[in-house]
Amino acid sequence: MLVIPCMLMVLLKLMFGHAGGSFDRVGPQVFGIFPVIVMYLVGSVSTLRERTSGTAERLLTLPMQRLDIVLGYCLAFTFLALLSTLLAVGPLGLEIKGPAYLLMVVAMLGALLGLALGLLVSAFARNEFQAVQFLPAGVLPQFLVCGLFVPRDEMHGSLAAQAKVMPMTYAVQAAGEAARHTGVTGVFVRDALLILVCVVGVLVASAATLKR
Amino acid sequence: MKRDDIHTKRPAAFGPTAINVYGLRVTLGNRAIFDDISFTVPRGSIVGLLGPSGCGKTTLLRSVVGIQRSTAGHVQVLGHPAGSPALSSRVGYVTQAPSVYADLTVLENLRYFSAALGMRGWRREDAVVRVVKEVDLAEYADQPVARLSGGQCSRVSLAVALLGTPDLLVMDEPTVALDPLVRRELWSVFRRLADEGTTLLVSSHVMDEADRCDGLLLMRGGQLLASCDRAELLAHTGCDSVESAFMRLVNPSQGAPAPTRPPVAAGLVPAPSPASVLVDVPADAHASFFAQEAAR
Repeated sequence: MLVIPCMLMVLLKLMFGHAGGSFDRVGPQVFGIFPVIVMYLVGSVSTLRERTSGTAERLLTLPMQRLDIVLGYCLAFTFLALLSTLLAVGPLGLEIKGPAYLLMVVAMLGALLGLALGLLVSAFARNEFQAVQFLPAGVLPQFLVCGLFVPRDEMHGSLAAQAKVMPMTYAVQAAGEAARHTGVTGVFVRDALLILVCVVGVLVASAATLKR
Repeated sequence: MKRDDIHTKRPAAFGPTAINVYGLRVTLGNRAIFDDISFTVPRGSIVGLLGPSGCGKTTLLRSVVGIQRSTAGHVQVLGHPAGSPALSSRVGYVTQAPSVYADLTVLENLRYFSAALGMRGWRREDAVVRVVKEVDLAEYADQPVARLSGGQCSRVSLAVALLGTPDLLVMDEPTVALDPLVRRELWSVFRRLADEGTTLLVSSHVMDEADRCDGLLLMRGGQLLASCDRAELLAHTGCDSVESAFMRLVNPSQGAPAPTRPPVAAGLVPAPSPASVLVDVPADAHASFFAQEAAR
């Protein structure tokens, strides 16, 4: 959980080693993507295990609220995302114009988004296998159109429109903003708020699926 | 036409009711799991919920714990509606599969769940040490649960349920698939808990377990056949074992216990026939009743 994101960043850096400024363009955007995918996987499988092993049911019979469980997961996962971002930003010499904490904010929001999606999916998947199958269906399309491969304004109109309704796009955009500007921009704040609203919405929906 | 109703007063020593279920109906989709179930469980007793697999035992237990949505009827537990927040620390629930984290050690599991119960500091450690002793797992306390045997696993699950010193312990087949020695050990734990005033509702599809219970609830295909103690059941049916008594209730015309599986076990719940009447719905805690069977 901590070492592998760093290894991926090192790999990315080596890959773009000769391409000049490409790493500085792509590197930050990755902070909007990796946390979503990683936390989606870990989140969906671990909550699915809670559901299938009966521990979720047991927790619900204890004096705690559904929100307690969901928020507990959020807290743990954002903390992990924070640590792995610290490790990835620190020694890699990723050059961004804005302050580094903005990237951490993006990574934490991304982790929350991934976790929320994973929690929601675990309600519909019957086992871990199905939960992982939801990854190419729900998360990878966001990854493709989020603007990492092709800038969004060069995409076909309908694709660009699709990208606009996918939350990961805003995580990538926010990371790009943080890399290109020295301070907190209006677009960054708007994107961060959009992701947060999305996270809260999905979390509420998934808390509702933790039925008694 | 034979009437299968008896009215026997329960000994007053059992005290007030722990569980009061009246007219409970649970449907999943279009399928009725059971309809119009009523019974009471007195405090400080061990009551066995017996019946074949798939007859609705787990659903009934879930209703008592308050995690099953019911369609009709009401369930009163320790004077509160089932599942109300006031009960969450007073009712312990042991699910059929041991619901503990397999990657954590016994102690880590217990610490985690006691924290979820709101215990802190020395109170938490006290509770953990107490339940480890109670289920006799002291020498395995530092082992990951995944490395324990099946019986030890279910004892960990039981230990978690004991953390909050519950007044009511609801257990779903806690002794099934355990070897006779472990089973005997567990039952002695259950008995001690009951002597200390805990009420235990234990389900099983092994009729032999009835010998160790104070009261019995016999269930089949979503219907409650009997709610009484073992002696009453045997005297009433004229059988010498609970298993043959169960078969007699299922099919009164049949003298010998039939080894056939009842058709309802396949998942179909028969519509209650007009002659199948609940004779004596318990209005007070001490009444017991028999459900009448239609087959003659």
